[in-house]
Amino acid sequence: MSQPQIEMTKDLTIPKLFLQQCKKYGKNKVAMREKEFGIWIPFTWHDYYENVKHLCLGMVSLGLKRGDKVAMIGDNRPEGLWAEMAALCGGGVGVWLFQDCMMDEVKYIIDHSDAKFFVGETQEEVDKALSIKDACPKLEKIIWDDPKGMRHYHQDFLISMEKVQELGKELDEKEPDLFENLIHEGQGDDICLLFYTSGTTALPKGALLSHWNMLTMGHNLMAVDPCYDSDDFVSYLPFAWIGEQMMSISCGLQIGYTLNFPEEPDTALENLREIGPHVMFAPPRLYEGMTRQVQVKYIDATWIKRKIYEFATKVGYKVANLKFEKKPVSWNWRFLHFLASVFMQKKLKDHLGMSRLRHAYTGGAAMGPDHFRFFHALGVNLKQIYGQTEIAGISIVHRDGDVKFDTVGTPIPETEVAITEEGEIISKSPSVFLGYYKNEEATEKTLADGWLYSGDRGFIDEDGHLVVFDRSKDVMTLSDGRPFSPQYLETRLKFSPFIREAWVIGDNRPFVTAVMCIDYSVVGKWADEKKLNYTSYPELSQKAEVYDLVQKQIEEANRDLPTPAKIHKFVNLYKVFDADDEELTRTSKLRRAFVENRYKDIVNALYTDDEAVHMDTTITYEDGREQRIKTDLRIQKTIL
Amino acid sequence: MTQAANPNEGETILKLENVHMYFGRVAALAGVDMEVKKGEIHSIIGPNGAGKTVMMNCINGLYRPQRGNIYFKGDRINHLKPYARAKLGISRTFQKIELFGGMTVLDNIRLGRHIHLKTGIVSGSIYVGKTRNEELQARKFIEEEIIDLLEIESIRHKTVHMLPYGLQKRVELGRALALNPELLLLDEPLAGLNLEEVEDMARFILDINEEERWKVTCILVEHDMGVVMDISNQVFVLNFGNKITDGTPTEVQNNPDVIKAYLGEEELYATRR
Repeated sequence: MSQPQIEMTKDLTIPKLFLQQCKKYGKNKVAMREKEFGIWIPFTWHDYYENVKHLCLGMVSLGLKRGDKVAMIGDNRPEGLWAEMAALCGGGVGVWLFQDCMMDEVKYIIDHSDAKFFVGETQEEVDKALSIKDACPKLEKIIWDDPKGMRHYHQDFLISMEKVQELGKELDEKEPDLFENLIHEGQGDDICLLFYTSGTTALPKGALLSHWNMLTMGHNLMAVDPCYDSDDFVSYLPFAWIGEQMMSISCGLQIGYTLNFPEEPDTALENLREIGPHVMFAPPRLYEGMTRQVQVKYIDATWIKRKIYEFATKVGYKVANLKFEKKPVSWNWRFLHFLASVFMQKKLKDHLGMSRLRHAYTGGAAMGPDHFRFFHALGVNLKQIYGQTEIAGISIVHRDGDVKFDTVGTPIPETEVAITEEGEIISKSPSVFLGYYKNEEATEKTLADGWLYSGDRGFIDEDGHLVVFDRSKDVMTLSDGRPFSPQYLETRLKFSPFIREAWVIGDNRPFVTAVMCIDYSVVGKWADEKKLNYTSYPELSQKAEVYDLVQKQIEEANRDLPTPAKIHKFVNLYKVFDADDEELTRTSKLRRAFVENRYKDIVNALYTDDEAVHMDTTITYEDGREQRIKTDLRIQKTIL
Repeated sequence: MTQAANPNEGETILKLENVHMYFGRVAALAGVDMEVKKGEIHSIIGPNGAGKTVMMNCINGLYRPQRGNIYFKGDRINHLKPYARAKLGISRTFQKIELFGGMTVLDNIRLGRHIHLKTGIVSGSIYVGKTRNEELQARKFIEEEIIDLLEIESIRHKTVHMLPYGLQKRVELGRALALNPELLLLDEPLAGLNLEEVEDMARFILDINEEERWKVTCILVEHDMGVVMDISNQVFVLNFGNKITDGTPTEVQNNPDVIKAYLGEEELYATRR
């Protein structure tokens, strides 16, 4: 068990590293596993190599040239990673799409990126590609890998991955050196990935990242938190998210740890538990989900289990707080902590798939301090990562033993972070991207003298930790003139298991208000126990009892806040914010400008004396269908 | 027994000849004739109480018709018990779900496979040789063909009664498929499902019918006319135990008797689209 040392040179590319690792491990080590038909199926580095080689050569014989874009969409699975690696080996550029992208997003990205190949998983993705094919003339071939439902598709630009690999095999027999020659042609400064950022305001922008960007990022992160080639990692978050690329490609390839792919997206958490990874990186949403799961199970548990849980969390919180304050933990507390660990924490961590976890990272959005503390009280080494897609995902991370729940940590090696006079966070590192694809204007706004302008407001505290306040444009001015981060309050509200989403309003307004989305399953269960009748989310959300429940959660979050920042009024929305309705980005960040416009009637009503607001609106389903909703939403005041 | 034992596509797999079924003096089926061709989806429609489920029960052996003949692949099967017919390759799902609520999804599906297992108590308890192979094959079949097809990976270890209705329907289909049937009787597989579940279920039925691996002939009793007309090759219309017509969806939709007896009632013909 050692951390492999990779020498960073400008000549190194991801495919070269891939080749190096395949030769080193060969048939002796498992590169990845996928759970299929109920069994974990291993693929050695040799299998990985063979599959990528044939796929790459197949693409080449179909016309892949250096610099061509290959768009990819699908669940996390070995084939997805092979396709990406094959595209990179052939000198292509990978463009990942989110699995749940709507049609026009797919069209925009395929068209804007000039993608020549489209790699989809099943019929669903092929259908998406077919419906945009006419609008994207540069798209030449559509490759699929799962034959399910494909029996009626015979268009000549459709080809199965198996077929492509066969073509690759033929080419390999003719020109056995071709594959490695292709790899050796690459340079570190070549573009490897084109990442479409979710964009909280405008159309997605394509960030160009080079091999050098990706590799230095992984190298610098691994310098902070070493991983070993005996480690396991579970890959289940979208490849279109930079965080997943970071762990699966940049770090995964450098370290050589085993990637594990879940059977289906629905089984990911179950599979996570089976593997018990050593390292994980997930957006806050996932940790919030886990917290909610624990809180709900706690409510359901028997008396004795609840008491043990209460004791153990009390001890956990106490010890975690001492550690946060960097104070010594007395022997008494250590003993109690040991008991807590034996009787509760170990079991709970096992259920969450965290029993072997060395480092857990969260990033991509703000995480509430309550969630953060919750995991530390459980003994999980959860750390913040801060970074943008434009800096290959990471510039700042917490160090072991130096975790502060209100900061995001300190810069990784080779990275400088500074604050401009306006309070904007800027950073500089070898991983800073090359610019936006076909968007000079945006590039100029974001990049100056090698500094990346993040658009986030923050400051550096006395310990040198970066504190991210909020997106500059989201920072609110309270009635007393003080700045305030709505995100902070929202994350606190979301610590309640009953609250799924929250949207805090109050910029330059006389008081603060909120639009709340309840969690259907948790509140639904609560309502069942209270014998409340309901048939749908809209109906449940408008029950007087549910309003009182939500009010209680808000008052809890209000407690430590100064009066101008307290939520005065709220409304329960008839649905949950959804990325399909463009209310959230694909990485689940609230698009404030959009919701403000969409729900302006609600916002207006919150600042008048109205007691209800009438809504008449349409919602969109993933397949494009629309449904009209007419309903009255009640407005309720909180007790301050 | 003049017909071939294994009919090719397009040949008759099931034949009902003048089938009468009485409950007391009520004629639930009054001389019904029907021919189902291999590889087709043959739907049975009709108003409530027309005798559709009775027809299913007669085919599957739960009811014994007082008069008439039922032939499966050319053999008369009137005298066979339901389990014997299941062994021949006739499998079914029920209008009201008939799963074992306390068992897991996987166990329910495995149960459907039981009829094909030859293992006895003794060899089953030591798990060697033939038994082992048989078990492995059964597992492979259930996992690769059924669970993957129906996309129920995430619930395979869940207890059935904990599952929502739509998923229970899927599990029931899974159990019917575990028999590896040649003829599948689907009794209102779409009833009580939401739009998304209906679309999924319709796709599964088409997959089972068309996919090279399955090629199962289906008899479908269903009220959702939109789906019936979309996916059926033949539609059989039943009213008060009498056949009104039997033809392609277009023929049936244009048949004046059908319109009078059934489709004319606007709300009954209402589809979900």
